[in-house]
Amino acid sequence: MRVWLSALLLWLASLPATALIKEEVISALSQNRIAITANFDGSEIFVYGAIKREAPVANGKLGVIVTVAGPSVPTLVRRKSRIFGIWINSDSLKIDAAPTFYAVASSAPLASILHADESLQHKIRIAEMIKSIGPHVETADAQAFPEALMRIREKQGLYAEFSDIVELRSDTLFGTHIPLPANLVEGEYTATVYVTRDGVIVDKQERKTNVQKVGLGRWIYALAHEQPLIYGILAVLLATFTGWIAAVAFRRI
Amino acid sequence: MQIYLPIAEVSVNAFLLLGLGGLVGILSGMFGVGGGFLMTPLLFFIGIPPAVAVATEANQIVASSVSGALAHFRRKSLDILMGMFLLAGGIIGVAAGVEIFAVLRAAGQVDTLVRICYVVLLGTIGTLMLIESIRAIQRSHQNVFVLRKLHQHNWIHGLPFKVKFRSSGLYISAIPPLLIGALVGILAAIMGVGGGFIMVPAMIYILGMPTKVVIGTSLFQITFVTAFTTVLHATTNQTVDIALAFLLFLGGVIGAQVGARIGVKLPAEQLRVFLAILVIAVCGKLAMDLLLEPSEIYSIGRGP
Repeated sequence: MRVWLSALLLWLASLPATALIKEEVISALSQNRIAITANFDGSEIFVYGAIKREAPVANGKLGVIVTVAGPSVPTLVRRKSRIFGIWINSDSLKIDAAPTFYAVASSAPLASILHADESLQHKIRIAEMIKSIGPHVETADAQAFPEALMRIREKQGLYAEFSDIVELRSDTLFGTHIPLPANLVEGEYTATVYVTRDGVIVDKQERKTNVQKVGLGRWIYALAHEQPLIYGILAVLLATFTGWIAAVAFRRI
Repeated sequence: MQIYLPIAEVSVNAFLLLGLGGLVGILSGMFGVGGGFLMTPLLFFIGIPPAVAVATEANQIVASSVSGALAHFRRKSLDILMGMFLLAGGIIGVAAGVEIFAVLRAAGQVDTLVRICYVVLLGTIGTLMLIESIRAIQRSHQNVFVLRKLHQHNWIHGLPFKVKFRSSGLYISAIPPLLIGALVGILAAIMGVGGGFIMVPAMIYILGMPTKVVIGTSLFQITFVTAFTTVLHATTNQTVDIALAFLLFLGGVIGAQVGARIGVKLPAEQLRVFLAILVIAVCGKLAMDLLLEPSEIYSIGRGP
């Protein structure tokens, strides 16, 4: 019994002091609905909140990480190869659920506020998130597809890591603007806030928001996909009308 | 000013689209060509997905051909019956073309197909045009006049199902107009072109139609065929972007007026050499894209 107790005490002493002090994150999103309009060339999502403590501010390096993930959908990644001298799509791999958008923002470079194994466990970095959705086959060839997905989406600004954009005040208040590109997919977006002490996650909280196309663009998109026949006829009528108007207008000039 | 195209799902500069519409409009005003065969590849170059470019261009051609067709209808300078046969063939061609398009799109091969079709078509047209215009320049220097018969009796006149086309003064089989119409329909569905550049010579040299009704009849067929293509692409592939079509048309209509005014002031033969070189250049760029290793061999397809 004595040996037991002293072992427990020793273990407790070895833990970082912070682990004992309860720190809770309380977060919110600026908008519970984000609208993509016809001249949409990007927007942003504002995630803010506070770190609630029962005790005075603890020691150890504090970090705040915010991830925003778009709706996950089945995604087909294709690869071209040269057939008869022409580059043609030849192989493809279906990824069952890939987020259409994924951004990581942090209060300091990720490596300095998050242990590698903690990051891996929570799949926070883009590469880790991609690995978790990739095929179960571990061959280099199969892994090349999710890696390509990551590369292409990063280039399109749909997957991004931003270090230092989370502003942290008096180790309590935080806020960040995460930029959203124009080529966004509609649906439910999840923002997750992680608070870390010395690289260990002490609390996390999830918030959801809806991204929707609004205005004329939304109307056109919805009609084209839900009432394609009416949309097609409308497209023809619009073209006929504008063509006729233009002809009449130019005859006058 | 960036504008988000709702169907193409890309942000493009609105002035770039107006400018492209205007440029192709100037060319079509100068040369009297529809311009679809130049606009569609240019849309690929600025990053519009080929499937959207093709379907949207068909929609734009409706707008640019309807007023011409109406004008010819008022002047009665068209052969309605011939137009009907060409149209019937066209509708069959469009239905087949859109079906091929949808199957290849699901297999991820439609971009390649459209590009290959363009390389072949632009390569052929560009080369023929270049040879023809250089010959015309040489001929104009030599001052040789060639007399041609109104039309010649050839194998066409041996085919069955003869129909009397009063406006054209022809009594020929219905099969060639149907086939020509079908070919134009397939081209409209797969490439987003009106097909006048094939139909007009075919009507003159194969069917032997008098030139005064050729343009009107061709515009009549193109208006309805591209309208049908628009509806069918909208229902089958959901790839018609009316916002894109509208901006291109707006630029195009102004460009065509400018082009028509420039065209009369410049020497026709030299202009044709310029157009031929332009067509060959676009063909060359498309061929390069197919033949050279792309910087990114992976792409993200649509969901299953």
